Amino acid sequence: MANVTDKTEVRSSGPRESGMNSFNLAGAGRLLARQGILVAFGVFMIGFTLANERFLDPDNIMGVIRSSAILGVMALGVTFVVISGNLDLSVGSMMSFATIVVLDLHDKIGPALAIPGMYAMVLCLGAFIGFLVGYLKLNSLIVTLGMLSAIHGLTLTYSGGKNMDIADKEGTWFSVFGQSDVLGIPVPILLFALVASVLGILLAKTPFGRKVYAVGGNGTAATFSGIRRARVVFTCYLLSAFCVATAGLLQASRSLGSQNTVGQGLELEVLAAVILGGASLLGGSGTIFKTVIGVLILGFIQNGLLLVGLQFYAQYVVTWVIIILAVWLDIAAKRGKLWSPIA
Amino acid sequence: MEPGTLSTFLKRGAIWGFIVLQLVFFSVAGKYLSLSDTAFMDLDNMLLLLKQSAPIGIIAVGMTVIMINGNIDLSVGAIFALAAVVMLDSMTWPVFAGLGDWVIPVGWGLALLTGVVLGAINGLIVWKTGVDAFIVTLGAMLGYRGLVFMYNGEQPTSHLNWTLVDFAEAQFLGLPTAAWFLLGTVAAVWFIMNRTVHGRNAYAIGDNREAAVNAGIRVGPHFLINFMLIGFLAALSAVVFYSESGSVNPNDGQLYELWAITAVVLGGTKLTGGSGSIISTLGGVIAIQLLRKGLGHIGADTETVNLVIGLILIAVLFLDRQLNLKGKQELRV
Repeated sequence: MANVTDKTEVRSSGPRESGMNSFNLAGAGRLLARQGILVAFGVFMIGFTLANERFLDPDNIMGVIRSSAILGVMALGVTFVVISGNLDLSVGSMMSFATIVVLDLHDKIGPALAIPGMYAMVLCLGAFIGFLVGYLKLNSLIVTLGMLSAIHGLTLTYSGGKNMDIADKEGTWFSVFGQSDVLGIPVPILLFALVASVLGILLAKTPFGRKVYAVGGNGTAATFSGIRRARVVFTCYLLSAFCVATAGLLQASRSLGSQNTVGQGLELEVLAAVILGGASLLGGSGTIFKTVIGVLILGFIQNGLLLVGLQFYAQYVVTWVIIILAVWLDIAAKRGKLWSPIA
Repeated sequence: MEPGTLSTFLKRGAIWGFIVLQLVFFSVAGKYLSLSDTAFMDLDNMLLLLKQSAPIGIIAVGMTVIMINGNIDLSVGAIFALAAVVMLDSMTWPVFAGLGDWVIPVGWGLALLTGVVLGAINGLIVWKTGVDAFIVTLGAMLGYRGLVFMYNGEQPTSHLNWTLVDFAEAQFLGLPTAAWFLLGTVAAVWFIMNRTVHGRNAYAIGDNREAAVNAGIRVGPHFLINFMLIGFLAALSAVVFYSESGSVNPNDGQLYELWAITAVVLGGTKLTGGSGSIISTLGGVIAIQLLRKGLGHIGADTETVNLVIGLILIAVLFLDRQLNLKGKQELRV
């Protein structure tokens, strides 16, 4: 993060900034470039509020955050992977796997053992990917693409292709993670907030977080300054797997039954949220806070468009436009020109 | 023998060797495990295989071009679905009611045009904004899929035209129609990539963009053309497939982009651009389809196909890197 901000500041403090006026303009532009996603978020919220007063209703807001929580938890882990300069396309099918496994184990060994059992299995998958990408230095796009397919096959083999359901849906305390409230706040939101704060502190305030930025920003330089790159990448994938397991737990607990394809396609929506939050796919930039904003923007757009009266699927088209505009304006601010230099 | 020739040969021929290995393995294993009496290497079975490879195969050929160019396209599955919807729906429009069977070329034309336009939108955005193709097409994947759903809700779009079905199910010189389209696409795109200036420039741009720019190659128009090409091919794939089945669900084509990329990578094309071969991609497509059929033939669960293909993809990546290291070429990933 630090190096990216520095670059912007160096570029914009050129000889052009002579008068007080232009300095302010440059400052405003810089603020817009750096916090553009927050500005966009504010504009959306105001627009939707003006269009429909139910939008700002606490129940509505709570509902939106609650339904974004599963996608959000996954996006937190992927943020680490993306900042370290890699990709994770396997989170969708890994989430299906986590959901199916925990539901299956619930009836076999009881919820108290099922949850750690599921976490262990998902973390093993994460460790495998981390080993391939970190230690063997294989291309993360293809490795996780392969794992997307492989884990999907694993899930189908595990369940025999059948839907998984808990036998006794009324009598289990397992639904506590997905369905109950604490102090009026739904538990998925609390868990999302908890994981976000812990990972946010880990990324922003600890040596490990610094190393993640260093590895993603300039891997060679990081290696020369004594950072064990492979270990950092490995840990990022473990964190991602942990988040996926948590998302699977939330999903399973909310529905108490699941198809094998519950997470299919989520990997790209997760990535969309992370990118919307301003993380660069080249690595080295992004924060947990901004990813949370990205997740919330996706959730509120979906909700707001419905309240305004557009059909459900219009949100995808709007998301498309927003993603491209967000990334475009971000890189346009960095290069100082709106249009690309490609001839 | 020049240094590195052996490893180059191994890499080029690897996919065909793999196919032969699969044929032998499934034939032998099938003798003991298969429930049916038909041999695996039955001619009809192999022709059917070529036909079943066509939808992914035609897209994978386009994906090869995009990846040689150093880009990637995640929106092909959505373009596939939208083109299919346009084709099937346009044939029922009252405007074309008087055309009789001439509605078929009109429907095909509109579908292919849709593909080209959607591809051009991607290409123009990549060219003019400079946003990475991965992000542009990731967004487009969501956006185009949204358009599919907005067109007809969650309902399938269906229209059966028997002339069209007869055409799609016909055989010409022993090969099914879809197989001809696949082979024709391979031949045409092979020609473009190996015998035209555009093809040579596409390789040059993918290999070293800065050098290509310095050599006076205009990068943007080539990007645009290639995205239009893959849009066209995604639509062509839809046209060929849905002429026969006559009904498209709004979710059809999901994950096709990932299957196509898998086939391309199995065929040895690099994600970093600059190298790759259309013919090897055809090998990759056939290898995947063969694995699917073969596992079914020996009575394995069809579910294991995904597992096996995923692991093979990773193994190929690993072996490829080892071969590259031996050939003293640093893999630029």
